[in-house]
Amino acid sequence: MALKHVNAVVIGAGAGGGIVAKELATAGLSVVLLERGQWNTPFDDRKDDLRNQRTTVLGNAFGPDDERNPRVVVDEDGRERIVKPSDGAYNNNAACVGGGTVSYGAMAWRLMEKDFCLRSTYGTVEGSTLDDWPISYRDLEPYYEKAEWEVGVSGDDSNNIFKAPRKRPLPMPPLPPNREYQILKPAAQRLGFHPFDIPMLRNSVPYNGRAACMRCRWCVGFACEVDAKNGTQNTAIPKALASGNCELRTDCIVKEILTDAQGRVRGVAYFDSKPHLHEQTADLVVVSGSANESARLLLNSKSRMFPNGIGNRHDWVGRNLQGHAYTGAVGLFDFECYDDLGPGAGIAICDFNHGNKGLVGGGMLANEFIRLPYQFVGWRGPGVPRWGRAHKQHMRQFYRRSMGVMGPVQEMPVFESRVQVDPSVKDYWGIPVVRLSGHRHPNDQLVAKLLSSKAELWLKEAGAKTTWTFLPGTGLSGGQHQAGTCRMGNDPQTSVVDKFCRVHDVDNLYVIDGSVHVTNGGFNPVLTIMAIAYYASDNLVKLWRKS
Amino acid sequence: MAAAAASGVGCAGAKHPWRFLTVDEARTLAAICDQIIPEDEDPGAVWAGVVNYIDRQLCGPLEGLRDAYRNGIAAVESSSRTLYGVAFAPLAAAQQVELLTLMEQGRAPAESWPQISSHEFFNLLIDQTMQGFYGDPRHGGNRDGVSWKMLGIPYPPIRGRLHFDIGNIKPAPPTTT
Repeated sequence: MALKHVNAVVIGAGAGGGIVAKELATAGLSVVLLERGQWNTPFDDRKDDLRNQRTTVLGNAFGPDDERNPRVVVDEDGRERIVKPSDGAYNNNAACVGGGTVSYGAMAWRLMEKDFCLRSTYGTVEGSTLDDWPISYRDLEPYYEKAEWEVGVSGDDSNNIFKAPRKRPLPMPPLPPNREYQILKPAAQRLGFHPFDIPMLRNSVPYNGRAACMRCRWCVGFACEVDAKNGTQNTAIPKALASGNCELRTDCIVKEILTDAQGRVRGVAYFDSKPHLHEQTADLVVVSGSANESARLLLNSKSRMFPNGIGNRHDWVGRNLQGHAYTGAVGLFDFECYDDLGPGAGIAICDFNHGNKGLVGGGMLANEFIRLPYQFVGWRGPGVPRWGRAHKQHMRQFYRRSMGVMGPVQEMPVFESRVQVDPSVKDYWGIPVVRLSGHRHPNDQLVAKLLSSKAELWLKEAGAKTTWTFLPGTGLSGGQHQAGTCRMGNDPQTSVVDKFCRVHDVDNLYVIDGSVHVTNGGFNPVLTIMAIAYYASDNLVKLWRKS
Repeated sequence: MAAAAASGVGCAGAKHPWRFLTVDEARTLAAICDQIIPEDEDPGAVWAGVVNYIDRQLCGPLEGLRDAYRNGIAAVESSSRTLYGVAFAPLAAAQQVELLTLMEQGRAPAESWPQISSHEFFNLLIDQTMQGFYGDPRHGGNRDGVSWKMLGIPYPPIRGRLHFDIGNIKPAPPTTT
C-alpha cells in the first residue's frame, strides 16, 4: 500500500529534527518524522555505569546497535578498519528519539558574536577552510531565546562579561552550587577570571509541567529518571505529535533521497523495522541526521542529475568534519571536593574563548560532571601506576578529593577531515556506510595547551596539591559534537546549503542540524543546533505560506 | 537471572561453576586480578567478584574477547612455567607481580604468546578488572558495593539528593508559546 503523501519528511528526531518537526507541524504542514532508533525512556536505560553515552565498555545504550551499523575509519597513517558504534573511533552520537539530547550533559551555550566571523576576526588560517558564517549572532539571537524558553534553560550568565548581548534572561535560576563550585568560584575571582553559572537545559525548578532536577550523580550520559533534563524528546517532539499533524516512525532507516527528472526532491526511500522498503513522498525533505549521517545520506542519494550525491556538485558534502578537541586539567586536593550533588558541572569561564595572543579562537572552561568510579580509574597523576596497591590507594585517597576543569577547543575546519561513503562496506540494510578520515588542525593543539594551562592554574589557585593536564590527540574529531559537513554559505562553490539551510541547487531539500555549522564554537553546540532549527523552520514556514 | 540467561549463549556446560572459564583458567585469572587490585584494608578484586564479572561478560557483551582470554590465560601459564617452572597461581606474590610487569612492558617470553601479545592481554586484564571492581554490582562484580564504599560514595546509591529546599524557589513563569 502506498504511503500517503505529506508536506514534509524530517529525517532524524534529534536536537535539530525534533524542533523542525514541531515548528512545521504546528504551522499546519503534515509531517512524517523518521527516526532510525527507538523511543527510549529512563526505564529502558536504567542507570548503567558501564553502558551509557559516556562509558560504552558494555555497549551503546542510546543506539545505534553494534550488530548492524558498522563504519570504516581511516587513521592518520592511512590504515583502515571497520568499527562498531561502541568503539570511540566510530565517533558516535546517538540514535534514538531525542538523539543526543536524551543523555547529554545539557550545557546550553550561545555562541559569541566573534564565533560567527572568525575569518574576519583572525584572517585566513593556513591548512584550514576557516570562513565566516553567512549569518550573524544577531540573526540567531531571537531563536536562541526561543530555544532557551521553549526547551527550558536554567543558569545565570549575567556575570559572563564576554557573552553576546541577550534580550531576555534565562527562564530558570541556576541550581544551588555544589562544593566544587564553591571552591572554584573564589579561586577564579582571585585570578581575575569571570566565573558564572553554566546555562543548562535542565529544570532547576518545575518548568513546562515537569519536575526539577533531583541532583543525582547519574546525569551526563544517562536519561533522566525524573524528566528534569530537557531534550527534544520531552519538549518539541511531544508538541509536534500533539498538533495532530506529525507522525513519528521509529526504527526507520532512510536509504536515499528520491528526486524527479528535474532534480527536485520527491521524497525518501526507507526501511522499516521488518525491514520492508517504503517510499514516502513529500513536498519537501529535511535532513537532520547529524554531521556524519546527514552527509552519508546526501552522498548515498545519487541520480542522473547528482551522480556524486545530492547537493555535492562541488565536492563539499562531508568535508570540514569538526567536533571538539577536549582539554583541561585535573587537580588533587588534601580536602574533600566531592559532595555527590549532581550534575556536577556548574561553573564556567569564557575568559579564553577569544583574544589569546598568537592563537585563533579558544574555548570555555568548566568544572567536570560527576565522575562515576570506573571513569575515575584513568585519572592518574604523574607517577601513579595503572594497577596494584598504589593505584588502589590513589583511588581511595583521591576519588572525593579531586576536581577536573575541562573545555572544548574551537576547532579549525580542515577540508581533508571528512565523511565519505565506503565503496565496499555496507550496513545490515545494504546501505554504504560512513567512511571517516582526516586529522585536526595544528592550531587546535596550541589552543589546547593554552586552555589546559589555564585550567591547571585555576585548580592550583583553588588549592590543588598535584595537577596535570589532558591534551587531545591530533586525529579526526567528530563524536557527540560532530558538525560542519554540509557547510552553510552564500557561495554554492564553497558550501552545501544557503543561509536558510536549503541545499543550493535543490529548492525543496534542507539540511538542518550541526552539519551546517561553518565553525563549531568553543562550546557545546546543542543550543546553536536548536536555534538554527527554529530559525530555518521559521523561514521555511514563511516561504511555504507564500507559495 | 542474567547469569542463567547468559549461560545459554554457547558457553561451557554445567560441569563446573563458570560460564566460559575452566576451573584452572579461573584460578589463574583470580591470581592475576588479585595482583591488579590486591586486598589491603579493603577487599581485593577476587573477593569483590571480578572473576565472575569477566566470566559473565565473556558470555555477554564481551564475547568477542573469548579467544583473547583463552589464549591469554594459557600464555600466562606458559610464561610462568618458562620463567619459574610452576603455574601462575601458586607463585609468590613478588613473582606474580614480576611477570605481570613483564607483560605490561611487552617483555614476557615471546614464545608463550603466539596469538596475542602479552602487552595487549595485559591491557584487557586491567580494563576488565577495573570494570568488575569499580563497576555497578549488577554486572557481577563489586560485591556489596565494596569499592564504592571504599571510595566513600553511598551504597546502595541514593537516587537524588535534595540537600536544598528548592521548594522555596519560586517557579519560573510559564513559557510564552
